[in-house]
Amino acid sequence: MLAWTIYISFVGAAAMLLMPRSSVASVRIFALLTTVVGFAITLSYFLMHRTGEMLTIARVPWIPSLGIEFHLAADGISLTLVLLTGIIAITGILFSWNIEERTKEFFVLYLLLIGAVYGVFLSYDLFLLFVFYEIVIIPKYFLIAIWGSTRREYGAMKLAIYSFVGSAMVLIGLIAAYVVAGAKSTSISQLAQFPFSPHFQLWVFPLVFIGFAILAGMWPMHTWAPTGHVAAPTAASMLLAGVVMKLGAYGCLRVAMVLFPLGLGPWGFHVFGLGSWRDVFALLAVIGIIYGALVALVQKDFKFVIGYSSVSHMGFILLGLMTLNQIGISGAVLQMFSHGILAGLLFAVVGRMVYARTHTRDLAALNTMNLHKIIPFAAVTFVLAGMASMGLPGFSGFVAELMILIGVWRAYPLLALCVGFGIVVGVVYIWRAMQKAFFLGADVQPNIPHSPLPPITLPERIGAVILIASSVLVGLYPQMLLNIVIPALNSPLFDGLRKGSWQ
Amino acid sequence: MIAINNAQLLRLALPEVIVVTTALIVMAADFLFLHRFNSHVRFFLAAGLGVLGCTGAILRIILAPELANIFNGVLLSNPLTQLVQIAVLVLTIFTLLFSVDSTFTQHVGEFVLLLLVATTGMMFLAGTQDLLVIFISLELLSLSLYILVAFNKSSAQSWEAALKYFLFGGMSAAFLLFGFSVLYGLSNSTSLPFIAAAIHGPTLNPLLVIAIVTTAIGFGFKIAAAPFHFWAPDVYQAAPAPSAAFIASGSKVASFFLFFQVMAIGLAGAEGTATLPDLVRGWVPVLALMSTVSMLLGNLVAIRQSSLRRLLAYSAIAHAGTMLLAIVAHTQLSLAALLYYVITYALATLGAFAVISVVEQQMGNDELSSFDGLGRQAPMLSFCLATFILSLAGIPPLAGFFAKFYLFVTVLNATSGSLGLLWLIVLAIAMSAVSLYYYLRVLKRVYVTPAATNAPAFRTPALTQILLLVLAAAVILLGCAPQLLLRWIDAAIQVSGL
Repeated sequence: MLAWTIYISFVGAAAMLLMPRSSVASVRIFALLTTVVGFAITLSYFLMHRTGEMLTIARVPWIPSLGIEFHLAADGISLTLVLLTGIIAITGILFSWNIEERTKEFFVLYLLLIGAVYGVFLSYDLFLLFVFYEIVIIPKYFLIAIWGSTRREYGAMKLAIYSFVGSAMVLIGLIAAYVVAGAKSTSISQLAQFPFSPHFQLWVFPLVFIGFAILAGMWPMHTWAPTGHVAAPTAASMLLAGVVMKLGAYGCLRVAMVLFPLGLGPWGFHVFGLGSWRDVFALLAVIGIIYGALVALVQKDFKFVIGYSSVSHMGFILLGLMTLNQIGISGAVLQMFSHGILAGLLFAVVGRMVYARTHTRDLAALNTMNLHKIIPFAAVTFVLAGMASMGLPGFSGFVAELMILIGVWRAYPLLALCVGFGIVVGVVYIWRAMQKAFFLGADVQPNIPHSPLPPITLPERIGAVILIASSVLVGLYPQMLLNIVIPALNSPLFDGLRKGSWQ
Repeated sequence: MIAINNAQLLRLALPEVIVVTTALIVMAADFLFLHRFNSHVRFFLAAGLGVLGCTGAILRIILAPELANIFNGVLLSNPLTQLVQIAVLVLTIFTLLFSVDSTFTQHVGEFVLLLLVATTGMMFLAGTQDLLVIFISLELLSLSLYILVAFNKSSAQSWEAALKYFLFGGMSAAFLLFGFSVLYGLSNSTSLPFIAAAIHGPTLNPLLVIAIVTTAIGFGFKIAAAPFHFWAPDVYQAAPAPSAAFIASGSKVASFFLFFQVMAIGLAGAEGTATLPDLVRGWVPVLALMSTVSMLLGNLVAIRQSSLRRLLAYSAIAHAGTMLLAIVAHTQLSLAALLYYVITYALATLGAFAVISVVEQQMGNDELSSFDGLGRQAPMLSFCLATFILSLAGIPPLAGFFAKFYLFVTVLNATSGSLGLLWLIVLAIAMSAVSLYYYLRVLKRVYVTPAATNAPAFRTPALTQILLLVLAAAVILLGCAPQLLLRWIDAAIQVSGL
């Protein structure tokens, strides 16, 4: 049943190709319906399977001579991310209601991307996962290069090359692991059971982990993220920050850490106080958190603020994974969901509500417009999203970051202090962006636009409400997701990780 | 030695005979009555006859498969050679059909004749393990190709390219012949298995080293591997589109299969290893070096190209480097991977050339700027081009991806668990990341850049359109269900051995 999320997106994309180019409205509605159906399927599955264990949803031999299967399965972690994908897909379409140029192509590529993202989250075969992971690259490139704004061709190409380099690293590790394990099967569970030698894991793990982490925006390989986000059209930024970066984080957890748990173990010597890849990546994640926050603090472009805030928040996820304790990792999964929703919301406000109306993202220029009077809805949404993003209680970000922080406190007490600093800077940059973008500066000459800006449309309102509601829902009742994430982490698949270096 | 009479010999070579006969019929028909029609109809009829002949040969191979080995491999027929022959014939059929709408020549009969003769050369190449026959069929193929490159008599560039091709090709043939003669001198035999038995020994004979190097140079020219690639960019750019497509597809399939056989069968026992850090002398390190240089040079130079044909030429050099890895591994599985790779590569390249030829007819050249905004003007054509280009780049779910994946797996698997060839795989995968850049640049032109304001309306001939769709469908299908072709290749290799 859940497998239909993938099929329906691809079939929807194919069907849309046949629709006439002129009927823009029907194309939009059709795309919306497709994503709504996808989400409905996910939701019904979510309501029916509340245990979070790994359940196969489709399994047929694909390339028998190589032991490759078309094997889809979902556990609590995948299900959480599939839910996120569904929500972002629907709201992404609501926020691209204003796409007038080549509308049909836009939504075809959009659905293609969504289908591939569902595919990655649901794949239980490494080869299949990789296939979906690479399919993502091409629609992403075109969405940005054709419908983007600032330096779109540069941003799109940079994004595509970074993704491809990352997936090349993953491919090397994947092929090496497959061959070493006897070239019999690419099933994740079978490979996870194979006793790879510690020496092998020590070089393959960082290769695969970094390969995925590039897409998760790990510092210092994050530079594609701000430029890509800024160049992308609103819906593509939402997808990019909302789900595509999660693909990277998901790969780190599901592939790198599950297959090569010993790669996290100590090297046996210390370099600059770092004794294992785990220490290295934890440090990089913390640098990412603080660096992203500090850089976001000094941006002139509104969208760059959000772009760098994504880097900062993705640092939390990677750090959560590196804590290697249950609370830290489940916090990381929760943060994947939370950041997906909030980054989507923030990009929607910046790209669709503000930029599409004022045609500027320069914070100094916005500062003179007193936007909270003109588009109060956008201001309220941004304030709410900003509060959630800062980690105020009641929103999803709070629970997730708290859990990660507790996990870090147990694993790396010193780093927890640095993270605390990062959170404080996070409050400041959101505050600053909010002040500058929506409220009149104290000593600036007001330059309020003469022609009235178009009012916030209904699709935008619906989209914003959906996203805020999701964040609040998870913030108030995180058990809803944790109930399926924690059993998934306790499943046999994570045995290697638990027995190895789990704390 | 088994006595064999001429009738049996002829029966065994019947597919080749059919093709040659068709070639002669086409020639005669063209002289006798086809020239009365206008050039389009004339081309259509001549190519149609050629297609019939090739189809006849394919049917003969499929319906009455022979299993024979005459005079220690002078003429060989087993499922594997048949598979390669069928692949070559299918590619020839596509080339013939694509050439129907071209206007570069009035000598239709000769053009089809040469294509078919070249095909015959390739079929013999696939079906032999004897140095003499290899050399003769290679010359038959090469000579036909030289003329095919020069076929556009109104273009000086076409002449120049043909001359370059001819000079380099002649030189490479000399190298090859020299290598073969040394091999003969060492082993007293022209049959590959006998040579292998004779040269087997604990140390490498210095003469054998010379034979290995010259043979590698000779074949290196043929498959356009660096540093013997100089002819490729010019030929790809200036040859008439069908000739270029033929060189890039059919001839690649036959040459790679042959190269594999000569090395893996004829020089078995002199392999050496390419595992780092302890290289052992032999032909494997030579090919590993050639592969490395090709991948680096092809991919890096392709970035700078502004003409799509030249870009494809450099990408062909890069792909040749990747395919050489399969010969470096020289196992049964890697042969299967090589065949899968080269066949799917040939399909994609052929399709790309067909698109180029359509665009050239409209825009007058193959500069990347001619492809600006193609996506809006000719959606179908651009979709096919995108499919071929992305397959070459190795993006799933297209055939090129699985080809690369399978090739890398078999190469890594060749040294049974020691991962000794990992450095080559790492290089190949890193370079394929580079290649995405220039392939995406092409697609950016097609889909992102708006068309020039005075661009004419696009017209794609119906036949080309259908063929392009067939090729694109094949590339997608083989990517989604590689088993379709792989099962066949595996079975053929199982039965025939190496």
